[in-house]
Amino acid sequence: MAYGEWKLKAWHEIPIGSIVPEAGSSKVNHTGSWRMLRPVLNTDKCTHCLICWIFCPDDSIPVTPQERFETDFDYCKGCGICAVECPYDALEMVPEMDIKLKELEEELG
Amino acid sequence: MAQTKVIALTGNQAAAEAMRQINFDVAAVYPISPQTELMGFFAEYVANGEVDTEMVAVDGEHSALATCIGAAAAGARTITASAGPGIAYMVENMYVASGMRVPMVLLDVNRALSAPLSIHCDHADSMLTRDTSWISIFSENAQEAYHNIIMAVKISEKAMYPIIVNYDGYIVSHSIEDVEILDDQTVREFVGPSGLHRIPYPLLDVDKPVTYGATAQPDYYTECKYQQHVDFLKVYDIVREVFDEFGEITGKKYDFIEEYKTDDAEYIGISMGSSFGTLKDAVDRLREQGKKVGAVKIRLFRPFPVKELAKALSKAKGVAVLDRADSFDGIGGPLFKDVATSLIQNENRPYLHNFIYGLGGREVHEEEFIKAFERLERLEKGIDTRENFVEYLQVRE
Repeated sequence: MAYGEWKLKAWHEIPIGSIVPEAGSSKVNHTGSWRMLRPVLNTDKCTHCLICWIFCPDDSIPVTPQERFETDFDYCKGCGICAVECPYDALEMVPEMDIKLKELEEELG
Repeated sequence: MAQTKVIALTGNQAAAEAMRQINFDVAAVYPISPQTELMGFFAEYVANGEVDTEMVAVDGEHSALATCIGAAAAGARTITASAGPGIAYMVENMYVASGMRVPMVLLDVNRALSAPLSIHCDHADSMLTRDTSWISIFSENAQEAYHNIIMAVKISEKAMYPIIVNYDGYIVSHSIEDVEILDDQTVREFVGPSGLHRIPYPLLDVDKPVTYGATAQPDYYTECKYQQHVDFLKVYDIVREVFDEFGEITGKKYDFIEEYKTDDAEYIGISMGSSFGTLKDAVDRLREQGKKVGAVKIRLFRPFPVKELAKALSKAKGVAVLDRADSFDGIGGPLFKDVATSLIQNENRPYLHNFIYGLGGREVHEEEFIKAFERLERLEKGIDTRENFVEYLQVRE
């Protein structure tokens, strides 16, 4: 179920103590919508050392033992820890708004 | 009827005895007078292997309650105890415990709040917990404290709300009385076995993982609180049920309030905790003079016995509410406001007056309660006038 698709529960439908009985419910909420800054990856500089993956507090960097892939922007909150920790300066924090405006301009021509 | 034996015990010893018999799974402990001694007695039971309790010595009361919340959510039968400023330090987590609906017992050995520092009894600490949606029961003496703790376990687990058992610091906690102790078997059968079956979502049930303490955004918070509100009103029936069941086993029948000579009483005094004995003595002495007076004790403080009190006070001309704490708000003490609100729907409302007494361990005597009754009568008859609903009973001028 994607964000915004469910029906809000009535008070008597909520489990006692506001407990969330479904495991993995953090996947439902796309917390990436909070992001103010986006880590933009410079693939020429990235050595796939995976240090960013170790530090990412939101588990938003998909990797294999050999390779770092593009950040998962559904969940990346833009905290910037990856950019600080990267030993190769391969990540640059860019205002999300600039990227969104650029995308909009391209879309509208 | 269950077997009992009478032993001379202090309030703290009686409470520790109840804790031993219940055999809690987890006890979080942090010392503060007058509660320290209680956990000291209980620590002996732990050290001697008389209980299976995991006793956790923590770094403060906030942590004590946090420990209890974790243990109770995991499914353990849990207890902690504190007093005065320790209760104040717990309050943030008290809302967490009741919001998460984890059952547990907190013993509040009532103590005043600083400043000035006082380790002695009043009810200011308990009044801090009024709005936390914890069930709250007051005990008049060591016997009631002992019974209340045993009943509290069952009430809390049936209601899925945490519960406070209050008893007055030093006056009850350190005074020796005759206490009728039930046999271990009766207590253990009454509270039932501990275990994961007692709670709907045990945190450590790895086959059914759940989240405790999640965020609620503005689209959910109101519904969560409304559920808490509705369920808290169900506590009345649960308390009644447990009181009745306890009465059948022990012969000791408790009610939300205790009435003393109220049937024909024109003037009624209301108090909580250890002072009720003194209030009853004051009533007896005034009755000897031909005055029609009575007394009411509040046992169940939260949820408040609104209906029972409205009925008990329906025929009185005047009511003196005796508060062992001040609210400093120009309206009256905490108990006064609750009593006044309880009478809103009564057709004949008695004249209400509020007396503050017994702060910071100040001893209270029959003479002072007699003075309160006399002042109430003069006010009600229009002989005296008042500037405020609230006045102090024991101030040196």
